[in-house]
Amino acid sequence: MLNVIWLSLIVFSIVVAALNGRIEVISQASFEGAKTGVTVSFGLLSVLIFWLGMMKIAEKAGLLELLAKALSPVVQRLFPDIPKGHPALGYILSNMSANLLGLGNAATPMGIKAMEELQKLNPDKQTASPAMCTLLAINTASITLIPTTMIAIRMQYGSANPVEIVGTTLIASFFATLVALLLDRWYRHQHIRRKR
Amino acid sequence: MYAWVSLLSLWAIPLILSFILVYGWYKRVPVYETFVDGAKGGLVTTIKIMPHLVAMMVAITLFRESGALELVLRALKPLLTLLHVPAEIVPLALLRPLSGTGSLAIATDLIAQHGPDSLIGRLASTMQGSTDTTLYVLTVYFGAVGIRNGMYALKVGLLSDLVGVVASVLIVYLVFL
Repeated sequence: MLNVIWLSLIVFSIVVAALNGRIEVISQASFEGAKTGVTVSFGLLSVLIFWLGMMKIAEKAGLLELLAKALSPVVQRLFPDIPKGHPALGYILSNMSANLLGLGNAATPMGIKAMEELQKLNPDKQTASPAMCTLLAINTASITLIPTTMIAIRMQYGSANPVEIVGTTLIASFFATLVALLLDRWYRHQHIRRKR
Repeated sequence: MYAWVSLLSLWAIPLILSFILVYGWYKRVPVYETFVDGAKGGLVTTIKIMPHLVAMMVAITLFRESGALELVLRALKPLLTLLHVPAEIVPLALLRPLSGTGSLAIATDLIAQHGPDSLIGRLASTMQGSTDTTLYVLTVYFGAVGIRNGMYALKVGLLSDLVGVVASVLIVYLVFL
């Protein structure tokens, strides 16, 4: 699916640019895009190095296991395929709490670490497992208690009440997450049925 | 409520950091060596993710700069108007799942133009803040572990983005109109 989307985005863009007589935009935009990709990766680099270092200490000290055990009844429902007490659960919980607190740059490293743990359980290393899809559904919708970036921008433009959108944001993201989880369930069941 | 939550957000990182370090020390973990050992993983992961991000960003930048985005916007406008999404907000709704920096730029621009406390400003804030960039999350998470077939994850992410857009409009209308 990603193959088709990627190819269509590029080919469609080139065709549109040609029809608009603005074909010169293409080469410039390609390099611009590549540069953005590298810039974003470097932004991730510092965050990943820092948090994966910290999380290694938490893992060695047994903190993640403790976290996974304490909260596993909740998460186990969302991820029925993960064995009890598996380190993946600890990382998933860390990822979810960081998302909730609006700590986006801490959430990504923990989500990636959770993905790596899930990959160890995955029988087919090139195809996403149901647990991976659920983790992704949670992260793309991402319930946020405090949308820090938007509050900062509203302040900057002189809002009388910069935080008034906290409630609306929370409700909108709650619905998006709910639907994401329901759809994830639905597709998972369909997938299992088709396999049989 | 907000004051309490923002205080929690402010203190979360300092508390988590000191707790991990002190607890690790108490459990006799060599904290410095362990940090460096774990941090190495960050380097490897970033190198794995980088080609995926470059590929995706090239496609999205082309889509935006070539005028293809505008074309799709024009085609989708009747549908979104039917769902009561104001015309000004449509570019934001469409770009939100594709590009985080791109949609943030649009949201900031809308707030600058219409004012943060206008209906459009509030709607832009809610829409931008209520969801994460689906394509980015997918690229980074699957790229990091080398998943090629994402199964139904993209479909779920994009459909929930649509729900997020419609829910943002409904709730902002309900609360602020």
